[in-house]
Amino acid sequence: MSILIDKNTRVICQGFTGSQGTFHSEQAIEYGTKMVGGVTPGKGGQEHLGLPVFNTVADAVVTTGADASVIYVPAPFCKDSILEAANSGVQLIVCITEGIPTLDMLEAKIRCDELGVRLIGPNCPGVITPGECKIGIMPASIHLPGKVGIVSRSGTLTYEAVKQTTDAGFGQSTCVGIGGDPIPGSNFIDILAMFQDDPATEAIVMIGEIGGTAEEEAAAYIKANVSKPVVSYIAGVTAPKGKRMGHAGAIISGGKGTADEKFAALEDAGVKTVRSLAQIADGLAEITGW
Amino acid sequence: MNLHEYQGKQLFAEYGLPVSRGFAVDTPEEAAAAAEKIGGDMWVVKAQVHAGGRGKAGGVKLVKTAEEIRDFAEKWLGKHLVTYQTDANGQPVSKILVETCTDIADELYLGAVVDRASRRIVFMASTEGGVEIEKVAEETPEKILRATIDPLVGAQPYQGRELAFKLGLKGDQIKQFVKIFLGLAQMFEDKDLALIEINPLVITEAGDLHCLDAKIGVDGNALYRQKALQEMQDPSQEDAREAHAAKWDLNYVALDGSIGCMVNGAGLAMGTMDIVALHGGFPANFLDVGGGATKERVAEAFKIILSDDNVKAVLINIFGGIVRCDLIAEGVIGAVEEIGVNVPVVVRLEGNNAELGRKALADSGLNIIAASSLTDAAQRAVEAAGGAAK
Repeated sequence: MSILIDKNTRVICQGFTGSQGTFHSEQAIEYGTKMVGGVTPGKGGQEHLGLPVFNTVADAVVTTGADASVIYVPAPFCKDSILEAANSGVQLIVCITEGIPTLDMLEAKIRCDELGVRLIGPNCPGVITPGECKIGIMPASIHLPGKVGIVSRSGTLTYEAVKQTTDAGFGQSTCVGIGGDPIPGSNFIDILAMFQDDPATEAIVMIGEIGGTAEEEAAAYIKANVSKPVVSYIAGVTAPKGKRMGHAGAIISGGKGTADEKFAALEDAGVKTVRSLAQIADGLAEITGW
Repeated sequence: MNLHEYQGKQLFAEYGLPVSRGFAVDTPEEAAAAAEKIGGDMWVVKAQVHAGGRGKAGGVKLVKTAEEIRDFAEKWLGKHLVTYQTDANGQPVSKILVETCTDIADELYLGAVVDRASRRIVFMASTEGGVEIEKVAEETPEKILRATIDPLVGAQPYQGRELAFKLGLKGDQIKQFVKIFLGLAQMFEDKDLALIEINPLVITEAGDLHCLDAKIGVDGNALYRQKALQEMQDPSQEDAREAHAAKWDLNYVALDGSIGCMVNGAGLAMGTMDIVALHGGFPANFLDVGGGATKERVAEAFKIILSDDNVKAVLINIFGGIVRCDLIAEGVIGAVEEIGVNVPVVVRLEGNNAELGRKALADSGLNIIAASSLTDAAQRAVEAAGGAAK
């Protein structure tokens, strides 16, 4: 078992014939992801990477039976791409692109919610169920099928957690990058709920960062609803106030959203926190007895 | 991206909101001439910087003569204004706003942000205008009124009326407030804003509402479709190194420590700063070289980090995902050779081809310390920069 995706997930790519779409689709196919086609308006009928190209997502879904779409189109066109996918019958949309205007995401998110479509990202590395399905830009080689569910706002910090849990032999059930934007398609709580219900996930790693209150809300949710052990790390203890730290959402504004507040909320919820990102696997070993 | 007050007020005027008549000027002569054009016998002069707290710092003044205006302009133009919101160097003043004087009977607060928790544009209003709104939110949260905008239908007049009545406004003020509220909501959506604040929104002695200040933040991701706003950008208000880094698509934020950090990925860059601090050191900066770290970008990142004289050691932390670590190592070696780095450089490479990368660094004969783990890297960098703080 896993969450969101598995070996049966049929995936199409929007922005398929572009350089990003091509590179990462090749990697996904090599990993064993069941890629079934792609969409590039105007190139319908062609073949790319041995797969059919369609003009519209609707065509692609009807012909291939795709249930997930990954988006690599440039930021100005992402709202359109998300809405197209959401209205074309896929169940899961993973948007990798960084730099989408906040007000675009606000509208796209509302539509996805209304249609009951799960949106992951944007500005994220994607989702991987090791050994089964990889949707996104994460390096395949560091993953190991296993029992830890990982959810994170940061791509490279996810990789750190993955590497540590692989080196320790724990492996991962599914890893989800929810992205570094202020308005993510899915938040910690959405993913925590799935990990809690997933039999293959025995422990959860949650990696947060400064800005907003998503970690505090997650802490309250964990306290009430999550019985599996959770280890958490928050980046940005040393980040200055009022400065955007790379990610659009990583900013302490009006004195709110500091790492210390988030650590405190998580500790209050019974979460095992680690202050060094090098100690995520150690933290897991400590609370699980592995 | 932030706008200056005078730019914000230009936008307000476009949307028919009540602002003072005024001119933004660059010289003392223009300042005096602006007052004459405005007329009257009293004016307000305001230094234009991207920071609050200007009044207390002497950057806002009530003046009655052309001479006072010239003196104020001479005092501030070309200088730096230090407020509680700036760093110790302050922000450079290159424009002065000369405005009509407004008599104030009462001060309100009105602002709007994208609220991340509810995923909506939310307006906030308060009777406690003219003071720090964060303080009001902290100490007397009940004094902050809210209105959430429905993204499908936009702001509605009844929401403005509700706020107005709760603020204790009366008669014509209700209409005036609704007009300001609807204008701001329209502007927020039209212009891809991230933040609007009018603090204070004043009630004049004649009983009319008037926007005395204007603070506007624009969504940086939307600048590609907001050309007019993009042109209002004032690079002088940003840290010079940060602005330079942005040109190279490098995310750099200056800090005041001694260990320069070069990392791929924003989260890992923050995590690296934190682990340096955890081992008793002080990070000199945040720097994300991004996913496509090429030799050129690594070299440029080095130059930016080393342009900070406080840097006593550099810590490079790369998790090679798609990027190959041996290529990164070559980039580091090339950059160190090219620009002559004379502080210790500690490198931690992990992921794709990390072994090859470490070997290349070890064989280079340069003063590069290859760390075996992230913790080891942080400890070695702290040591290289003169040891942990006691």
